[in-house]
Amino acid sequence: MSARRPVSVTLRVEPGSDLPADERAAVLEAVQACRSLQGSLLPVLHAIQDRLSWVPPRAVPLIAFELNLSRAEVHGVLSFYHYFRQTKPGRHVVYLCRAEACQASGAVALEAHAKRRLGVDFHGTSADGRYTLEPVYCLGNCACGPSLMIDKELHAGVTPARFDELVAE
Amino acid sequence: MSTTVYVPRDATAVALGAEAVALAIAAEAARRKLDVRVVRNGSRGAFWLEPLVEILTGDGRVAYGPVHASDVASLFESGFLAGQSHDLGHGAVESIPYLHKQERLTMARCGVIDPQSLADYQAHGGYAGLKAALALDGATIVQVVTDSGLRGRGGAAFPTGIKWRTVLDTQAPQKYIVCNADEGDSGTFSDRLLMEGDPLCLIEGMSIAALAVGATRGYIYLRCEYPHAHAALNAALAAARGAGFLGGDVAGSGRAFDIEVRLGAGAYICGEETSLLESLEGKRGQVRFKPPLPAIKGLFDSPTVVNNVITFASVPIVLARGAAYYRDFGTGRSRGTLPVQLAGNIKRGGLVECAFGVTLRTLLEDYGGGTRSGRPIRAVQVGGPLGSYWPESKFDTPLDYEAFTQGGGMLGHGGIVVFDDTVDMAAQARYALEFCAIESCGKCTPCRIGSTRGVEVIDRLRAGDRPAQQEALLRDLCNTLTHGSLCALGGLTPLPVLSALEHFPEDFVKPMAAMAAGS
Ligand SMILES: Cc1cc2nc3c(=O)[nH]c(=O)nc-3n(C[C@H](O)[C@H](O)[C@H](O)COP(=O)(O)O)c2cc1C
Ligand code: SF4
Ligand code: FES
Repeated sequence: MSARRPVSVTLRVEPGSDLPADERAAVLEAVQACRSLQGSLLPVLHAIQDRLSWVPPRAVPLIAFELNLSRAEVHGVLSFYHYFRQTKPGRHVVYLCRAEACQASGAVALEAHAKRRLGVDFHGTSADGRYTLEPVYCLGNCACGPSLMIDKELHAGVTPARFDELVAE
Repeated sequence: MSTTVYVPRDATAVALGAEAVALAIAAEAARRKLDVRVVRNGSRGAFWLEPLVEILTGDGRVAYGPVHASDVASLFESGFLAGQSHDLGHGAVESIPYLHKQERLTMARCGVIDPQSLADYQAHGGYAGLKAALALDGATIVQVVTDSGLRGRGGAAFPTGIKWRTVLDTQAPQKYIVCNADEGDSGTFSDRLLMEGDPLCLIEGMSIAALAVGATRGYIYLRCEYPHAHAALNAALAAARGAGFLGGDVAGSGRAFDIEVRLGAGAYICGEETSLLESLEGKRGQVRFKPPLPAIKGLFDSPTVVNNVITFASVPIVLARGAAYYRDFGTGRSRGTLPVQLAGNIKRGGLVECAFGVTLRTLLEDYGGGTRSGRPIRAVQVGGPLGSYWPESKFDTPLDYEAFTQGGGMLGHGGIVVFDDTVDMAAQARYALEFCAIESCGKCTPCRIGSTRGVEVIDRLRAGDRPAQQEALLRDLCNTLTHGSLCALGGLTPLPVLSALEHFPEDFVKPMAAMAAGS
């Protein structure tokens, strides 16, 4: 018997083949929908987050492959923008306005109340998995603060009591 | 005959319950077998009256507000469909003093028309500006805009005509029109109000810009915090495209121009124009060095007009009525009107469009009616998070770019945030630095790191830890920010910080020390 010869094998892993099916589909659909756009990375990330509610970091190689970008470029963009999430949120995201006009109308107290009520700090998700709390810097509702947005629904004049009603719904 | 009822679809009106009101009106009308047509207009901007319901009567539009769904039955009962009186009634909408006294040029149609209806838009003077522009060559359009004295409403107040001239004069196979709809400043919502209430006006303004400089593609970079505006813009773009006002042959001119909306992703710095262009190109929103100017080398290295929403939306009336008409409003080098936004702790918050020259006091007292809390106004911040905090002694400053700069502040995008006497100004100064740290694009060290150091210095100052030393350190840090920053985020953060320190020094003293000093 001859001695075993070293064999070199190049493993070609298809980008995204390790992704859960829904994530893979979301990325491919997003890329497809934005294919014709110039500078399409932000629209693609938006489309993925619209579908999944976050952008899983493990999807970065597939996004990069599909858009012909480097992983570093995709990761750099994904991590630059506050809105893009790299962790899965709760069922709803509460965007609480922290900016000056809302501060002038009671936002600081509302922020403290919201954190206590949900038992989280900013970016955290309540233990029941229902709400993720995110800070936001102005929602354009500055004459009627404190303001917050739950998913895409805007609320004005949110007192702590009103907050409790909203998250109880 | 059917009665027309207007219920705003504006985001603030909806946040205050307008959807439920619209549904309740339709349901109550059905129950009473009355023929009612509900039109979803934008908001007129008198937010303390929202949801503001209007009835079209033989004598014009009659207003009721703020209307809650639970008021609807009683409104029907007292005959509001015929404009009858009710506790919530205000009579003819145009006679409401807050609206009556304004000088609405740019925002004239907001709250008046159905924002999705091209017919309504044209019936109220829409597309008259584009028609006028189509009879002129590019250089003449640019001249009209220059002569109007219009300056950029996004913050820097650069003369719009001069920017357009640069793009016109730069030869290139492709040019772009980019609308800055990032509206990141706290206390501002005029862009949003216009995009929701009269989006075709923005589209018309951008189309005129395209004709002027020879651009064929436009982008609206919209902050993702504005889903209502997003929907309104897309509907209006479809309407304009469907009627041939966008596309391969704009209004039969043989010229091509179309617009696409792109969403931001929650980064304040992407309101800065070069960062915005990076973002549109699909990159991190990092500020570019200037030169080259975006007007010469902008989006995808092509000559690009970047203007704010209100700037573009002011162009149609300039073309339709002439440069002199617009320029005759205003004062000094601030020509025309500014849609001011009254925000924060204010009794009658909302949008007030006035000719430049009106004083801060008139806006705060006559329009705003003082604070919502009923307590005295202690401070206002004008011009967004990078604007100065001013005390009452400065309220006679006229609305004028130069007057504000001279007073150590800035007018910016025209947001006025009101604080009552419970405000802690050291906390506001601390927040300004915290905001700078959160939103820094990371390119300059003072902005990226110095801002966080500043927060720590203020904390030590308030704790009474060697206060004189901390104050010197804070001033030094601000000096470094002013001189060591590539853009106004780092460069102007010292404005709110130092103005708070200058005008409200008592708030920076440790409470114990203050008490001791006072006793
Ligand atoms: C930190 C920073 C944020 C800005 N944010 C905005 C914004 O949200 N909207 C805007 O129109 N301009 C904003 N600007 C001003 C833009 O850089 C630019 O001057 C403007 O878009 C030009 O349009 P205009 O001449 O019509 O004002 C910002 C500038 C800086 C430095
Ligand atoms: S000042 Fe701040 S935001 Fe502006 S370029 Fe420098 S690091 Fe970026
Ligand atoms: S500051 Fe909160 S909505 Fe504008």
